[in-house]
Amino acid sequence: MSRNHVSTTVNGEPVEFLCDTSQSLLSVLRDELGLIGTKEGCSTGDCGACSITLDGRLVCSCLVLGVEAQDRSVGTVEGVADHQVLHPLQQKFLEHAALQCGICTPGLIVAAKALLEKNPDPSEEEVRYWLAGNLCRCTGYDKIIRAVLDAAATLR
Amino acid sequence: MNDPKAFRFVGSRSIRPDGVEKVTGRAQYGADLSLPGMLTGKIVRSTRAHARIRHIDVTQAMSLPGVLAVITGDDFPDLERRMLPMGEQQMDVRDFIDNTMARGKVLYHGHAVAAVAAVSPDIAAQAAELIKVEYEPLPVVMDLDAALAPQATLLHEDQVTLTMQGPVENPVPTNVAFYMPLKKGDIDTGFAAAEVVLENTYTTKTVHQGYIEPHACVADAKQGGRIDIWCSTQGPFLVRTLTALALEKPVSDIKVTPSEIGGGFGGKLAVYLEPVAALLSMRSGRPVKLVMSREEVLRATGPTSATRTRVKVGAKKDGTLTAVQAKLEFEAGAFKGSPVVPAVMTMLAAYELDHVLVEGYDIVVNKPKVAAYRAPGAPQAAFAIESILDELAGELGIDPIDLRLKNAVSEGSMAVYGPQFKAIGLKEALQAVKTHPVYADPVGPNQGRGVALGFWFNVGMQSSAAVRLNENGSATVITGNPDIGGSRASMALMAAEELGIPAEQVQAVVGNTETIGYCDVTGGSRTTFATGMAVIEAARDAVARLCERAALTWDVPVEQVSWAHGQAIHIAGDHAPLSLDEITANAIHTGGPIAGAAQVNAQDAGPGFGVQCARVQVDPETGYTRVIGYVAAQDVGKAIHPSYVEGQLQGGVAQGIGWTLNEEYIYDADGVLLNAGFLDYRVPVASDLPMIDTILVEVPHPSHPYGVRGVGETPIVPPLAAMANAIAAASGVRMRDLPISPPRLYQAITAQGA
Amino acid sequence: MSEVQYSAPANLADAVALLAGGGSPAVLAGGTDLLVQLRGGRPEPSAFIDIKRIPELTAIRMAGDVVSIGAAVPAAQITEHPELGAVFPGVVEALGLIGSTQIQGRATPGGNLCNASPAADSVPAMVASGAICRVAGPAGERRIPVEQFVTGPGKTVLRAGEFLVCLELPRPAAGTADAYLRFIPRTEMDIAVAGAAVSLTLDAGGVCTAARVAIGAVAPTVLLVPDAADALIGSRLEDNALNEAGAAASAIARPIDDKRGTVAYRKAVVGVLTRRAAKIAYQRAQGGAA
Repeated sequence: MSRNHVSTTVNGEPVEFLCDTSQSLLSVLRDELGLIGTKEGCSTGDCGACSITLDGRLVCSCLVLGVEAQDRSVGTVEGVADHQVLHPLQQKFLEHAALQCGICTPGLIVAAKALLEKNPDPSEEEVRYWLAGNLCRCTGYDKIIRAVLDAAATLR
Repeated sequence: MNDPKAFRFVGSRSIRPDGVEKVTGRAQYGADLSLPGMLTGKIVRSTRAHARIRHIDVTQAMSLPGVLAVITGDDFPDLERRMLPMGEQQMDVRDFIDNTMARGKVLYHGHAVAAVAAVSPDIAAQAAELIKVEYEPLPVVMDLDAALAPQATLLHEDQVTLTMQGPVENPVPTNVAFYMPLKKGDIDTGFAAAEVVLENTYTTKTVHQGYIEPHACVADAKQGGRIDIWCSTQGPFLVRTLTALALEKPVSDIKVTPSEIGGGFGGKLAVYLEPVAALLSMRSGRPVKLVMSREEVLRATGPTSATRTRVKVGAKKDGTLTAVQAKLEFEAGAFKGSPVVPAVMTMLAAYELDHVLVEGYDIVVNKPKVAAYRAPGAPQAAFAIESILDELAGELGIDPIDLRLKNAVSEGSMAVYGPQFKAIGLKEALQAVKTHPVYADPVGPNQGRGVALGFWFNVGMQSSAAVRLNENGSATVITGNPDIGGSRASMALMAAEELGIPAEQVQAVVGNTETIGYCDVTGGSRTTFATGMAVIEAARDAVARLCERAALTWDVPVEQVSWAHGQAIHIAGDHAPLSLDEITANAIHTGGPIAGAAQVNAQDAGPGFGVQCARVQVDPETGYTRVIGYVAAQDVGKAIHPSYVEGQLQGGVAQGIGWTLNEEYIYDADGVLLNAGFLDYRVPVASDLPMIDTILVEVPHPSHPYGVRGVGETPIVPPLAAMANAIAAASGVRMRDLPISPPRLYQAITAQGA
Repeated sequence: MSEVQYSAPANLADAVALLAGGGSPAVLAGGTDLLVQLRGGRPEPSAFIDIKRIPELTAIRMAGDVVSIGAAVPAAQITEHPELGAVFPGVVEALGLIGSTQIQGRATPGGNLCNASPAADSVPAMVASGAICRVAGPAGERRIPVEQFVTGPGKTVLRAGEFLVCLELPRPAAGTADAYLRFIPRTEMDIAVAGAAVSLTLDAGGVCTAARVAIGAVAPTVLLVPDAADALIGSRLEDNALNEAGAAASAIARPIDDKRGTVAYRKAVVGVLTRRAAKIAYQRAQGGAA
């Protein structure tokens, strides 16, 4: 069985990989490229733990085929920090204790970053609806929402 | 150190030591480890909810190229039935094996029946398809009524009802596994003294902990018999114990390394995958990874009990409770062991009562065996008592907080379940909610507020900790408790407090079963209390060593040295203080490396009381309930890291709101779960909830050096009734069956209007 | 082991050739239904035909009397469109309700329609606004009114080798606006328990002169409710007209009991939604498109 050869960009770097046709981009990132920051919580698009950007657009990587990444640009949590410097969202998540177990955190940071790039001054309600596809079972969302609003203020 | 004002670091909001790895995606969770030569495991699960296994044919699967091992229930030992103490609860070792992989019978849809290990996920999936299981179907028992019917189908033909004292008189085979009465005073006397008596039945459905990370592990059986296990668990030492049992190996042959854990809430106290992965690894000679899908998590792991509680309360017209009688029936799932015992014990713990009779029944049904879920059993029991007290308050025209204040326990009260309370902050929490805007502000049309309280014992148990000082004066703290909600931040703060150095100079880590001494599970809200106690003692041990080194340096008796603000101080003042980093830098000349260690078996955990108020708005045309405000107050003893304490309260509330409004297992007539995914198993999303206000009441627990009491479980106890009470106020309809989903509430509103 | 092919044709002709070329190919647009179904045990296709690189399928065209939305345009691109929401606020809000933000980044109007779920959020709005489906296939192109496109759960009029190119919406008359509401148990992330879309046109005096009402998740396919439209036409959406429209929607609904709702509940709620959606559409039509 032959695998598909895909050339793409991940976090700004050129990347090539081989994948099965039905293999999800999530599986490619984790199992072929070792980018384990993108998490698998459901594989049906219902939890948001696998959130990434594809050509700048927020998506669930479990519902994208690896082959679809050809010539696209993929962004994962590993690309959020600027080398040794945390992104303000990451810093605010730490300061606000916006994570407990942390499994949903990479997806939330990727999703919140996509929000702030589109809307630098979101209301609480806008943040809540934008992040409705990112399940967190630990925090009750309170501190997450505060961290995102605070990061937005910092970035403005 | 007991004066709270004296804390320098405890009570601050430091950055958690593991934080950067988690926000950058580098932290490794259960499914994130890969080893060279690793195989993919897959579990074959029962397609029937109740059936005898006639035959399992694995020959085709075995002969598929790329398949290196296939196992079934026959590959596990036939253990004698005995109860294994597991901290808070006990487990029957035979049931554990039977739940790990079915033998003879399958008892729920999704019950593991076989497992394979292959060189790729695709081949493992194909091999799983090739395993042919022949079933002889049996009638399914899906609820309490079916289980208790006179001619009920029995899940376990040899099961009789046990009590704390042994089998009941004249035992007969039954689905009722356990009966527990709790008696105090004389119930007839109590009701005879009542001026008002209310009696109602309350029910809850099967719900799941809903952690976002599915169960996952890697097992690597080495030549020579040793096994390394990497897994997402709340109890690495428990995984070691149970895997050793299942493989008939000594615990010393097994090393368990806990990964970062993506939520558990009690559900990752249960062990499902590790013995299977370990056996597949032994058979194949290769490392084996097993990761559950979300569907497997919902079909085959730890929900908590569906329940039915009949409760009767008697009271004077002034609100004084005279008697409470209750009957609690809890589904255990396929094997005995529902949390009905803690439900019975916690139900009335918050109240001064002279006459009580609470009876609990543990009943098996064809659903997955229930696992611990955050204050196991207490939320269901509290739903009943806190709802009926709200009804009583309405009947008597008494403010619901006043009704509770009138009957609430305080320091010196005898708990209904036995012990005498030391200092507790229940009344303070009630008062705090009473003046909070969520409770006190006026309510608009179709809005209502509801109050409920909750109690959880919390536990202590065994913990080990090590504190190692580095040559630059920084410290490393090692414990054996997986950090499920930020506990490393608290461990660092407590060590910092004792050592007198900032928390940023303390690295807190979670060790494996070989790098740190035995620790009981992360559960029972015990980690910050008991493991924290071990950390404090280990740090004090290290400080004693530091004082010795200073004494040696100064050539004075150690009795003349004290420790304060990170410095050794010569009490007489003849020598300038020596700072921690000065002592560690010079350690090579004073006896070598400096460290401290402690092992504790912590007793007398401080109980947790919480009081919550929900404010909701109901759409009477659709039955939709929107939560518009929420406040949770709790006596937390001493908040070591207030942010993570608040987070525990907020998280427990959110889970409780989900439990109340929409979460439930929906089964078809054959016992197949119809909503085994996050689409239709509806946990709250960000837009469903308001900000959740918290009030940390700090009544120090006298049996802990810093006054700590556990905080993680209590917050999920009140929300079910707080929400139901708020919905009753908003809609005029009293809902006694959960979940109060829109169709159910709409139907009730319509029925009432008709 | 199956060998699934993947192709991303760059034009309609190539897509037709691939889809008509035998095997059991599957059209891949956003994948938010297809990939979930494959994980859930749906047999693997012989090939994925990814239609997202075909210009006609990925464009929104506002020129002329017909507004065309490519079948493979992601919902997020539609909700972000600077003009579309002013013309078809109901269609846009319906598309904006499909799944989470992440799903919005992938889910498409074509997929929502072709998946043929009775509960598809965008379909009632498309029906209310009179959308026409442009279909390409081996025998050339044809156009089908959207209400005739879905024939039952999971079933459409598409023949072998055919696929949806775009949805064409006639530009509405002055004084027209639409609205869509659905009911779900949470605020997000659920499948509609019931849905209602209303498009109506008002004269200068605020009297409704034309209306289309469509309801979802209450029958095997989306239903047009002529009696509800008739109740609104000639009124200023006074309470009795709204009640009559709602009652008509409840009456025509023939839902099922399932894990998401009961027959009685769905019938009642679809009436409520019809009333509320009509009111929103009315306000929009009065105030220009709000």
